[in-house]
Amino acid sequence: MTTVQAEITSQVGVSSSSKTPVTIIHPSRGWISLNLRDLWEYRELLYFLTWRDIKVRYKQTVLGAAWAIIQPFFTMVVFSLFFGQLAKVPSDGIPYPIFSYAALVPWTFFANGLNQSSNSLVGSANLIAKVYFPRLVMPLSAVISSVVDFVLAFAVLLGMMAFYGLWPTSAVIWLPLLLLLALVTALGVGLWLSAMNVQFRDVRYAVPFLIQFWMFATPIAYPSSLLSQPWRTIYALNPMVGVVEGFRWALLGIQTSPGPVIIVSALAALATLVSGAFYFRRMEKTFADIV
Amino acid sequence: MDDVAIRVEDLSKLYRIGGKQERYKTLRDTLTDVAAAPFRRLSSVIRGQSSAVSNETIWALKDISFEVRRGEVVGIIGRNGAGKTTLLKILSRITEPTEGYAEIHGRVGSLLEVGTGFHPELTGRENIYLNGAILGMKKTEIEHKFDEIVAFAGVEKFIDTPVKHYSSGMYVRLAFAVAAHLEPEILLVDEVLAVGDASFQKKCLNKMQDVGQEGRTVLFVSHNMPAITRLCQRTILLDEGKVLRDGPSHQVVSVYLGSGLGTTAAREWPDLSKAPGNDIVRLRAVRVRTEDGRVIEAVDIRKPVRIEIEFDVLKSGFVLVPNFFCHNEEGVIVFGASDHDSEWRRRPRPTGRFISTAWIPGNLLSEGSFIISPAVSTMDPVIVHFYERDAVAFQVIDGLHGDSARGDYAGHIPGVVRPLLRWTTQFNPNGQGISAISTGVTIS
Repeated sequence: MTTVQAEITSQVGVSSSSKTPVTIIHPSRGWISLNLRDLWEYRELLYFLTWRDIKVRYKQTVLGAAWAIIQPFFTMVVFSLFFGQLAKVPSDGIPYPIFSYAALVPWTFFANGLNQSSNSLVGSANLIAKVYFPRLVMPLSAVISSVVDFVLAFAVLLGMMAFYGLWPTSAVIWLPLLLLLALVTALGVGLWLSAMNVQFRDVRYAVPFLIQFWMFATPIAYPSSLLSQPWRTIYALNPMVGVVEGFRWALLGIQTSPGPVIIVSALAALATLVSGAFYFRRMEKTFADIV
Repeated sequence: MDDVAIRVEDLSKLYRIGGKQERYKTLRDTLTDVAAAPFRRLSSVIRGQSSAVSNETIWALKDISFEVRRGEVVGIIGRNGAGKTTLLKILSRITEPTEGYAEIHGRVGSLLEVGTGFHPELTGRENIYLNGAILGMKKTEIEHKFDEIVAFAGVEKFIDTPVKHYSSGMYVRLAFAVAAHLEPEILLVDEVLAVGDASFQKKCLNKMQDVGQEGRTVLFVSHNMPAITRLCQRTILLDEGKVLRDGPSHQVVSVYLGSGLGTTAAREWPDLSKAPGNDIVRLRAVRVRTEDGRVIEAVDIRKPVRIEIEFDVLKSGFVLVPNFFCHNEEGVIVFGASDHDSEWRRRPRPTGRFISTAWIPGNLLSEGSFIISPAVSTMDPVIVHFYERDAVAFQVIDGLHGDSARGDYAGHIPGVVRPLLRWTTQFNPNGQGISAISTGVTIS
């Protein structure tokens, strides 16, 4: 009888491996492993959720994907008027509009990614209560789906550079890594906030504030050259400082020699990501019960 | 060698009741909680309460242990709050147990709800992929079964329409179709058959039956006792987070139908002194029998049922009327009936043993469980000699035979009775109102 049953199961079994996977369920204590292997198993779900987010984002809007451009572009217009024209904020010898827009593009990516990942778990409460999957997938797909908006806004940035007759330096090859730095930062903070949001809905209201403050703590409307050393390096503990400085350096050729700044920012971002991931995993077991 | 699919050992889950009801709290609540905690603790110490914690928590599951062999289809039943869904949530890793251990051999698919993750803005096609991925299917697997899923749901024409334009029936059909094509080695199903419409449910029941026959392991939570007895060989009865019974489905189901009451289809009081009643009449037995006299817990809706009340008359000279109430599992009294036509009507009874039998006709009660509370009374003056609440219970099963009132409809039919009515049809091919013509009334 056992052999017959084994035969049947092997027919039905979907898993490609001949060995049946064994899942052990027991209460976890304290800090637990990230279980990245499980995340890898669910990579297709990550893909589909990201794809859904992109597909659905601008449904039933009149302007559609134009919103991805409108946001940073009009912020740039306002900044140029008030900070550039009226307040005469210095811009490292670059026309102010392109100076601020080159920072606003990665910033908008970061702000949207952070905002969406913070609300990702609460927004999918039903999914969390009814289906198992590594919960890390949710904030991760939220951040990744923001890359599409970034690409659109970035295309406009290239157009503006052509308009102002600026050419990127060879340092432009660092751009993908700088984008990754922004992504890691958004994800790191997003992991902390999304996990907290499950228990404390205050997070939802705090995030827009946080983003606003953070924007002024980042050299978007002004150059970081206003600060002198060693303050500039300390300032770089805000990972977005490294991202913004890096973008201006790589695209506009502003000679701020941002190397140390980027390294400090990268370390800070990495620390946020790792701590965020562990905090997230620790809180994960409570999600389905309290979300 | 080892053909265990699921092994559960001393599994327990503690819920904070407060946390569950409020669902989430604000930071301010936590801060005030923290601030108030020492005082609350102090006051509970003063009032002599052991611990504040025990007041705010509930064991949704407590020390559950069982094993399921490969290929078994096991039903899980119990009242609301018995811990059925919690058990499935733990086994499908949605939530963690507080204590205990479980191991699962094989790929698990869980269906706690159909259509989880469906997005109204996406088309049917897109939702099949999304929902399939959420349920744990691989992309290639979904591609492979895509046509089958669409055909099963019967939405071929609308496959590229956003599902927000679907009728609720189409929506559920599509959702179930995706779920039904999930092919894990172990399937955990929670009450998904309760939703949905029409004859589609028959298809779903058949699909479930196929799943069982393919040798897959299934844990099936349901309130639908007929479905449980039809689909599962074995059933586990949970009550207040504990395993109350574990055995063959028909036995466990009948225990459940009288659960908490200790009732079955037959009950006897061998000890006269402990039997319900007084010094005039005492109840000795109550039984539910089929037409041909077998004591039975589950009866076919089309067949009559006999309710037997056996009692001893200890003192002669009283006019005695055996009667009973029949109520359903929701506690609704379906009817009350008293013996009105036997030769003993209006006649004082001598001492001795009597057996009164009431015949409930077939095709009267609806599907579900019915509980009988027998009594023997005297009407003038009114004396209730005994009234034994919830003495016996039985279950009416309406299979898909086609000749009961459900016809070919496989879904849930509400109502306390399900009579088989006589239907007639008049037909006029010209499309005129027949009754209007025949009665001479013109409708403008």
